[in-house]
Amino acid sequence: MEHAHHVEHPDMYDEESSKIGMWLFIFTELLLFGALFVVYAVYRYMNPDAFHLAAEELNRMIGAINTIILLISSMTIAMSTTALRKGHRKLAIALVSITFLIGLAFLVNKYFEWGVKFSHGIWPGSEHMLNEMSQGEILFFGLYFVMTGLHALHIIIGMAIMVFAIRGLINGKVQIDRPSLLDNCGLYWHLVDLIWIFLFPLFYLIH
Amino acid sequence: MQTSSAVNGANYLTYQGKYKGLLGWIFSTDHKRIGLLYMYSIATMFATGLLLGLAMKFELLAPGKTIMEAQTYNATFTVHGVIMIFMVVVPGLPAVFGNLMLPLMIGAKDVAFPKLNLLSWWLYVTGVFLVLAALLFGPGAPDTGWTFYAPYSFKTGTNLLPAVFGAFVLGFSSILTGLNFLVTIHRLRCPGLKWTKLPLFVWTLYGTAWIQLLATPVVGITLVLVALERVFGVGIFDPALGGDPILYQHLFWIYSHPAVYIMILPAMGAISEIIPTFAQKHIFGYKAIIASTMAIAFVGYLVWGHHMFTAGMSGTAQYYFSLLTFIVAIPSAIKVFNWISTLYKGAINVQTPFYWAISFIFVFMVGGLSGLVLGALATDVHVHDTAFVVGHFHYIVFGGTGFAFFAAMHYWFPKIFGRMYDKSWANIGWLVFTIGFLALYTPMFYLGIMGMPRRYYDYLEEFHGGNILSTFGSWVLATGFVIIVVNLIRSARKGEPAEKNPWHSKTLEWTVSSPPPVLNFDEEPVIGENDGPYNYK
Repeated sequence: MEHAHHVEHPDMYDEESSKIGMWLFIFTELLLFGALFVVYAVYRYMNPDAFHLAAEELNRMIGAINTIILLISSMTIAMSTTALRKGHRKLAIALVSITFLIGLAFLVNKYFEWGVKFSHGIWPGSEHMLNEMSQGEILFFGLYFVMTGLHALHIIIGMAIMVFAIRGLINGKVQIDRPSLLDNCGLYWHLVDLIWIFLFPLFYLIH
Repeated sequence: MQTSSAVNGANYLTYQGKYKGLLGWIFSTDHKRIGLLYMYSIATMFATGLLLGLAMKFELLAPGKTIMEAQTYNATFTVHGVIMIFMVVVPGLPAVFGNLMLPLMIGAKDVAFPKLNLLSWWLYVTGVFLVLAALLFGPGAPDTGWTFYAPYSFKTGTNLLPAVFGAFVLGFSSILTGLNFLVTIHRLRCPGLKWTKLPLFVWTLYGTAWIQLLATPVVGITLVLVALERVFGVGIFDPALGGDPILYQHLFWIYSHPAVYIMILPAMGAISEIIPTFAQKHIFGYKAIIASTMAIAFVGYLVWGHHMFTAGMSGTAQYYFSLLTFIVAIPSAIKVFNWISTLYKGAINVQTPFYWAISFIFVFMVGGLSGLVLGALATDVHVHDTAFVVGHFHYIVFGGTGFAFFAAMHYWFPKIFGRMYDKSWANIGWLVFTIGFLALYTPMFYLGIMGMPRRYYDYLEEFHGGNILSTFGSWVLATGFVIIVVNLIRSARKGEPAEKNPWHSKTLEWTVSSPPPVLNFDEEPVIGENDGPYNYK
């Protein structure tokens, strides 16, 4: 067609669909981490003493602080969705921004925590690990770096979604009768929080 | 926004959206255009995989080196596997015919998330290029086999990293397609289209989507772990550092066995559309097919251990995995009985899609029954890692998915392109292809039982005869494929214009014009109490 008309595709926005889609995506994330939890369980069962010994190396204080940080951030993001539902757009923007900053604080903590490990010569494949640690300890730290690293990556993704949510709130794409992006941003952030709630005891607390 | 009637009868092939030309396709969120994008990309990758397969069969024409060294052969079967599994049979039917037909079959304008759908295709293409990069750059093509088994996958000097990452990205694409279809089927069925009135192809897409969603992340993280193992040496699968390579196999097959149901379920769905259409008869046991579909999707999760009978696992685990493997064969058999019963006393209209469907049932049965030989503990030890496994696998996956793909292709072709293909050439193509298929894979059962191992570029003199027949079969099969493709391409351009409903089918996609309008339905269809996808007189 030489002079075909301009065809717009239908706007398929549907709040219920978005919510189902996000929950399904959360299932996939749970399975992604679920596989890692299985690996963790197997190796912990095989090397109980070494896992205990290696866990002593971790700084429980930083872990606890980060747990509190994430719990607070879950609260602020939940408040932002409620704020939007009540029509307080500016408050919602402020709350998402605060959540973003708290996420950043988590990452800063994580940076220092990993930094201390590195300064002790602990990183995957380091000479200190290969020469002086038992196989169980190597596995513990291997899993520690993989699982907390993957979790930190999810924090970053969650923060990126927040940027889109804030942009949407500012330009009106996200509003009181179109809240899906912010809702899903919150759901995802809760997932990231929840995974940490499992990581924290598994690596820092269990003896 | 304009309705489709306002664009002067433009259909989805001809309309112009925001972009012109090629950009109007690769940036289109129209599910039908995306379906065609997948069709072209998958056909290209299939042809690539086919050429690699031909090269392998040529190498096996005679004992010793024929055209390539052992290392090249290893790389060839690896890349053949990666391409055919991750880029062809896994996305095959859902991404092509699911995208093209699902919204039409449920009376919707599009899928639930059109942009996400486009992203899935882009991810697919990204994955393809990543894997191809592994071939073209770096220290040589991957040689681990498509299973990337640890510890070799992080010890090999070949360029494995992009291939593993590519497979991960392809998995992500598959997850997003599954997610999209699940939400679409839940939310976008037209008024009156109850779950018990859904066409069976839609039901199988539904089961498939759940598997895509729930199994793929596991292989995703496993591939990430292999990559991390390669780059950082985290030790999780490395026995030298305390890791367990068998654990890799478990995690890999937790996905990769359900993945064969991702391949076969929509194939069964397409056959369940074609058989009643060409028998002009209500499908026999509609609810039994739905139940068996969901049973396959569920039990399929619990049988992965049968890939590892010889890898080392407890006797108890072996018994359970073997038992469950036999149980998962039952719902597949139920479907075969249903298809055959549908034909009984039907007014059978013998056309190309019907030939494909009938030959599908035959090769699927041979593939399925030979699978039981592998699922039984004692016989598996005998034929494990022999050509028998290759024969079984190709009968069920290439025979199953491939034949169903061509059946679906010849069934929905007039709807997709608005033109009918040359039927006699299509039939000749089917015949040549099928003869080639049987000659190519049947000898592998015999060779395997005689003890010829798989994945070797060389073999003993006593296996020569069977291999000659097999290689000859590969040439006939390729000839058949060329005939089919040339016929379809020619017909898509110059074929007779097709009617709305050339096969007199009852499902919704046949109620719109061929090719379908941009927004599918001028008016939203409504399904009445007495309507149904298989309500033939």
